[in-house]
Amino acid sequence: MDRLPAGAEEPGLRMYRVMAMIRAFEERVGELAEEIPGAVHLYIGQEAVAAGVCSVLRDGDHLASTHRGHGHAIAAGCEVEAMAAELYGRSDGVCSGKGGSMHIADLGHGMLGANGLAGGGVPLACGAALTARQRGTDDVAVAFTGDGGANQGAVLESLVLARMLDLPVVFVVENNGYAQATSAARHFSGTDMSARAAGFGIPGAVVDGADALAVRDAASEAVDRARSGRGPTLVECRAQRFHGHMEGWDNQAYRPSGEAERLRAEADPLALLRRRLTEAGQPADAGAELDRAEKESAARVQAAFDRAAQPAEPLLTALTTDVYAAH
Amino acid sequence: MRTITYAQAIREALVERMGQDESIVLMGEDATSAWGPTQGIEQEFPGRVLDMPITESAFVGAAVGAAATGLRPVVDLLFVDFATVCFDQIVNQAAKLRYMTGGGVRVPLVLRAMWGTGMRRGAQHSQALHPLFVHVPGLKVVTPSNPADAKGLMATALQEDDPVLFLEHKMLYFTPGEVPEEPYAVPFGEASVVREGSSCTVVAVGRMVQVALEAADRLAESGVRCEVLDPRTLSPFDNAAVYRSVEKTGHLVVVDEAHPRCGLAADVAAQVAQDCHGALRGPVRMVTAPHAPVPFSPALEDAFTPDAAEVVEAVRATGAGEPAPALA
Ligand SMILES: Cc1ncc(C[n+]2csc(CCOP(=O)(O)OP(=O)(O)O)c2C)c(N)n1
Ligand SMILES: [Mg+2]
Repeated sequence: MDRLPAGAEEPGLRMYRVMAMIRAFEERVGELAEEIPGAVHLYIGQEAVAAGVCSVLRDGDHLASTHRGHGHAIAAGCEVEAMAAELYGRSDGVCSGKGGSMHIADLGHGMLGANGLAGGGVPLACGAALTARQRGTDDVAVAFTGDGGANQGAVLESLVLARMLDLPVVFVVENNGYAQATSAARHFSGTDMSARAAGFGIPGAVVDGADALAVRDAASEAVDRARSGRGPTLVECRAQRFHGHMEGWDNQAYRPSGEAERLRAEADPLALLRRRLTEAGQPADAGAELDRAEKESAARVQAAFDRAAQPAEPLLTALTTDVYAAH
Repeated sequence: MRTITYAQAIREALVERMGQDESIVLMGEDATSAWGPTQGIEQEFPGRVLDMPITESAFVGAAVGAAATGLRPVVDLLFVDFATVCFDQIVNQAAKLRYMTGGGVRVPLVLRAMWGTGMRRGAQHSQALHPLFVHVPGLKVVTPSNPADAKGLMATALQEDDPVLFLEHKMLYFTPGEVPEEPYAVPFGEASVVREGSSCTVVAVGRMVQVALEAADRLAESGVRCEVLDPRTLSPFDNAAVYRSVEKTGHLVVVDEAHPRCGLAADVAAQVAQDCHGALRGPVRMVTAPHAPVPFSPALEDAFTPDAAEVVEAVRATGAGEPAPALA
């Protein structure tokens, strides 16, 4: 993660690169889902959220993710090669094959981890913010949660904690409309998370989660607030998931028929950003640049998975290592 | 007899009891669109299957309160790992209400959850947490290993007046087995002798019953006859059945998917060491997962989970099948 130095590549272009990498990665995971062990929850449709939020983070900041964590990891700067290896449980994976899709973590990139428990990562992000506060740095932390996870006690308690201690944390609620088969309309019961934040004394914002530039603006304001010691913000990103809850399991009978296809046609975050960047004509050859980014991502992802799918000798001694620092 | 799966067997008991007992309600995340044992029950009993938000503390606690006031909730926790989110409600509230009120409150509550390794779900979706619950007075803990027991044990769970953790092994859901069509109940606290033998007692929990039977087959080839015992309920636990068997065989192996320390295997081994020491003619062996979280890597997960080869080795290490030492 890095805050862009002056004169660096235009942020929109950079976000597009990240989003193209996430899309390529997730499309490939989707194709390989039957072969990849365990469960995978794809981020397709929500790319602008991770890319927009992480575009305003820098080294020293942290993020905590969810079960749908590949996009956050890529936006944080994790290597897709090490992630692909992890998905196959290889010993050269980013977590030595011990974590898998639902537990990709990489502290070197500030990534505290995907999480198997809904809402489970949110208090961890508060903890990273506490470290920054105690040490007197101006680092911040971002807590990602889904709409369903946002109902967890741990998340609501985190709002209380963050306000009381004025923690430099940004809560990002990715409201993709569903928690598995339960619609947000039901489980948020006519409220929204940003409105709830107000009840906790925390400023809240709602943005279009398909619009990377809008997400970036909202995240920028929230992160600036945290960095400057003015405490937490909650940003609700209205996003869409184009796939089922997880691959190979969800027939999406709870969705109006054709919804996912319609969203893909009308609210694709990559198409939206592409339109913005090419219309702005900055750089002049933006279209070609974006095409190149997509091609490069696809090639890199293809190579990463080709390699990860090769048979590997498991390191069975690893079974009981890493349980303790010392025991 | 007709054959159905473990999931269907559990469903049968639920549907049968819901027909008999109007106080039964099913609660859980996406309960009305669930797969597995509760699939489609909403259509049969409209209004009695309730979708919950992702708020385990709230809905498990509410189930405890509802149980105390006249309902008989059956809560689906999905993965047993999620029980940790609402541990207060299970351990401090559900388990203790009767005792703290001097018997004034009953808590007829069933908490269903799937457990165990095998689905490549990693450290937070694969645990075997039954020892935690067995440790807590006031909770009953059930671990069916086959469809017929699953149906009978669920029928009993739904007529208990105490909170029951009904732990369904995720790798058994599609296991077929012969299951009687008529309603019946399998009592709690009665182990079943799954296979008779004279050389070594093998106590196995949940999916490990199959593993123990496989080991018993292999050992039989060399004349070692294992007696495989499935406790079926871990709390209450049928000590007497284990003691009877050990008195006969003189040897004991306990096979459990949970971790070794303060676990079910250690508990059974300790009880036998204390209460029928005289019958033992060799060391007791425990076959468990290691003292480590469940790894994601399939190769590591397979190595983590006890298998038949480990059970064979453990039975041999007890000295079972060797001639008894001549009396001096
Ligand atoms: C504590 C806990 N309860 C239940 C689950 C099962 N579960 C996994 S994902 C999920 C839905 C999460 O919905 P949301 O937070 O909206 O995230 P999304 O899947 O939409 O990204 C549920 C219920 C879980 N992982 N953790
Ligand atoms: Mg959601």
